[in-house]
Amino acid sequence: MSNPSFDPLLLSVAAPLALAALIALGLPKKIVVKLAYLVFALPAAIAVYLWWGFAGAAKEAHGYAYLSEYSTGLGGFGISLKLGLNGISLPLFVLAGVVGLAAGLYALQSKAERMKSYLLLLLVMQAGLMGTFASVDIFFFYFFHELALIPTFIMVGIWGGRDRTHAAMMMTIYLTVGAMLSLLGLVAIYAKSGASSFDLLAIRDALATHPLGEVTQKHILGLLLFGFGILVSLWPFHSWAPLGYGAAPSSAAMLHAGVLKKFGLYGLVQIALPLLPLGFLHWSHPLASLAAVGNVLVIGLVTMAQRDLKQMVGYSSVMHMGYAFLGLAVGSVLGVGGVVMLMVAHGLSVALLFLLSTSVYQRTNTFDMHQMGGLGAKAPVLAALFVTATFASVGLPGFANFWGELPIFVSLWGFSHCLTLIALSGTVISAVYGLRAAARAFFGPQTEAFARFEAQKPVEDIAWSERIPALILIAALLFVGVWPRSLSTAIDQALARPPAAVAASR
Amino acid sequence: MDFTVLRDLAAGNNWWAIWPELVLGCLALLLLVLETVLPKSAHDKIPDISIAAQLGILLALLFNFDTSYHETFNGLIMLTPQGELMRVFFLASSILVSVLGRVSLKGRGVPRIEFHHIVLIVAAAMMLLVESRNFVMLFVTLETVTVGLYILVSYYRSNPKTLEAGLKYLVMGALSSALLLFGIVLLYGVAGSAGLTGRTTAGMYFSGLAAFLDANPHNFMASAGIVLVLSGVAFKIGAFPFQIWVPDVYQGAPTPVTAFLAVASKAAGFVVLLVLVTQVFPAYDWLVGPVLALMAAATMIFGNLAALKQSNVKRLIGLSGVSHAGFILLAVASASRVPAAVGAVYFYLVVYLIASFTVFGVMTILAGPDDTEQEVSDYSGLAKQSPFLAGVLGCGLGSLAGIPPLAGFMGKLLVFTAAFKAGHYGLLAVAIACVAISIYYYFGWIRAAYFNDEGALSEATASRIGGGGTLLRVTVAVLAALSIILGFYQGMLGALIGG
Repeated sequence: MSNPSFDPLLLSVAAPLALAALIALGLPKKIVVKLAYLVFALPAAIAVYLWWGFAGAAKEAHGYAYLSEYSTGLGGFGISLKLGLNGISLPLFVLAGVVGLAAGLYALQSKAERMKSYLLLLLVMQAGLMGTFASVDIFFFYFFHELALIPTFIMVGIWGGRDRTHAAMMMTIYLTVGAMLSLLGLVAIYAKSGASSFDLLAIRDALATHPLGEVTQKHILGLLLFGFGILVSLWPFHSWAPLGYGAAPSSAAMLHAGVLKKFGLYGLVQIALPLLPLGFLHWSHPLASLAAVGNVLVIGLVTMAQRDLKQMVGYSSVMHMGYAFLGLAVGSVLGVGGVVMLMVAHGLSVALLFLLSTSVYQRTNTFDMHQMGGLGAKAPVLAALFVTATFASVGLPGFANFWGELPIFVSLWGFSHCLTLIALSGTVISAVYGLRAAARAFFGPQTEAFARFEAQKPVEDIAWSERIPALILIAALLFVGVWPRSLSTAIDQALARPPAAVAASR
Repeated sequence: MDFTVLRDLAAGNNWWAIWPELVLGCLALLLLVLETVLPKSAHDKIPDISIAAQLGILLALLFNFDTSYHETFNGLIMLTPQGELMRVFFLASSILVSVLGRVSLKGRGVPRIEFHHIVLIVAAAMMLLVESRNFVMLFVTLETVTVGLYILVSYYRSNPKTLEAGLKYLVMGALSSALLLFGIVLLYGVAGSAGLTGRTTAGMYFSGLAAFLDANPHNFMASAGIVLVLSGVAFKIGAFPFQIWVPDVYQGAPTPVTAFLAVASKAAGFVVLLVLVTQVFPAYDWLVGPVLALMAAATMIFGNLAALKQSNVKRLIGLSGVSHAGFILLAVASASRVPAAVGAVYFYLVVYLIASFTVFGVMTILAGPDDTEQEVSDYSGLAKQSPFLAGVLGCGLGSLAGIPPLAGFMGKLLVFTAAFKAGHYGLLAVAIACVAISIYYYFGWIRAAYFNDEGALSEATASRIGGGGTLLRVTVAVLAALSIILGFYQGMLGALIGG
């Protein structure tokens, strides 16, 4: 296979890294800011361009397009940088591009202290995210994830809100354990498959001829499920998430909750499900029960009890991950397809909510919803955007989230009636807390504390520099909501391929 | 008297094969000559001459990198690509120790030229140590290394903690040498015993002993000898239960010497261990395997748990070094079954060298008048006042912690993959838990340096952040960059160890 002379996938990873390196070498701030606009826009543009061309692109083995491979010198250990996109990674690659652009734009207008270092870390994170979903080599898939994860810890620790040191420490330890467990699982797949490299396609081919035994599959999947589960905040390993997101600076929270957290789910859909189908069967019922009762019901109720707006958004994202695990546990094309759609939709909507809650904070000087009120009259556009985001997050038809949740519920009915009812009750819970938050923050009488703060600093409506990133996210949500086929065709094609074990038995 | 035997023996000596060691030895002597010949005012230049000459040797080595295998000195020495890599490794260590020493020794009222002299001798002896294929050769070179280090450890002789460290290292080193020697004698003796199949007079040679052990895979005396030899080596690498000397000696020794001990001396021990395990003791894998596995688990657990509560950075780095020894032992324990584990050990050693010297470099710059008292709290607020030093320190610590994309992560990954292939699932579980624990204490250091919760730098420390001289500052920057580059692109090194 010869590499294309112009490789957009490599460029989407290399460009942010190059700018980060330039910042580290001492590029002056003025040029950095100008270049940063360009470099944050580039991956998004590449993602949209590749999305546009995906249907017509040449598909090689296993439905991958845009394949390329680069040696890094560890060929002897089966490691090389292999990039490409299939129907499952394409939607997430686009998600990473779009949310990265929004987070970047929001960071550029945020006037953060030590702006250059802040941008440097954000750029490294962006490069890692693009690389994660563009990697076909499972080693680099993990590697890029960690590349994006480490800046999160530093950003929480330095630019975080209250309790930042504790939050940074908790996130670091939880997520490192999760990452180590999943790394062990990935190494286990590679070592047991007998493939000569970490290349996912090579491993698939090897497993298609020699599938793993049921017990091995069960054990490896257990490792992956708990490793990835910690990273995706599967109940009861979720407690890092609200704490971390509560403390994280907004752009870091947007990128982490919106995109990076999807790494675990993506790994389960792209790697674990097709390679370890028998292991999945074994784990699907415990996983579904844990997700339905823990993530959806318990965390749903916990979310309702939150007073802190940002923590509430953090908990709500934990809750929505429950739906994703439910769809995964069903394991049908419909259910898993719903999971991929939900990952995209949730990524966009949660990033939007984090962005807007920071904008609310800047106007009210508090995240406590009981201390807000009446902001809607002062900042009508912000109110409109927030209500839109709430609707999207609740899963109203017309937004992308609807197309994520509906297939999951439909496929779940055939899996278990009882769990479906629990999951459906979750939608009511999320409507309650979502709408109540909007009502508390924007409508009703103004509280005294807010009035006092307003006297010091008059409230202005959301500025265009904040509006544009929010509008980008809303536009993406609506686009996918109105035309879900733009993503679902590719997802369908990728998922409808028979898993390795089934193909071998034919 | 007939001299033909001697002439034949001499004909087997290929002196050209050990030119780096010879040149280093001559350079060491030259330094002493220069000290007597040059006027006092020019003495400041002697360390620079030493560093420049070493760099010259390093370049010559790299340009003539020999990847062939050949035996010389009648089988005493074996040249291999791995040995060549370790030559570069030890030379790089001695250069870095000289660079650190050049800064650290200033104004402490100790003789300076001798320090550089001994460093060169020790480096040359380490090269010969990993090339030796004969137990006499091994013991003599090992003692040369150890005796040199006895002197270096107690070099700041006016400091009581340093003297304590020197004494401890002397006693422990002598004990470990005795164990090793006893083991060697047992092995040699049993290999020559009449009545055993395959008895040989070549028991001092690795190949001869290996052949004897193959023929007698369950001999009790041989087992005892092997365990004693392993114990002797375990002292050098600081593996449990022979790690007790580590924290005190690391704290008391001058910072450059701590670095030398932590990196070069440990690496030499590991390469010897690797050679012994894969080439001499394979027949006793039933014994060596479990011993190494147990040692690896205990070393990882001890190192990490003990490091958790340390506030002195030298002790912290020493105990974290113990845990690194545990991780490398994990790979050594897999080496007899998985060939890739050997490459993993070498890769791990190289990234450990780079990361450790980055951290030691920053420590040398910030060390106060009392070299033994360097606390984690001295680093609080470093990032604000010196982003450069904090950035470099972050790269070093991150690599030690095994955080991607830094090189340390690749090292850990290769070790874990090898261990998985060898079927050490239990050990891997321990290793994963230990990595998580290690994040905690490295994070504590990073937190002090980066997150501004614990106040600013003390004035005394703040006055030193610009110090260290250009050479050391450039060196740590290059090392930090190497940690990043090797994380992404392993290039020639990857090809060398993978092949």
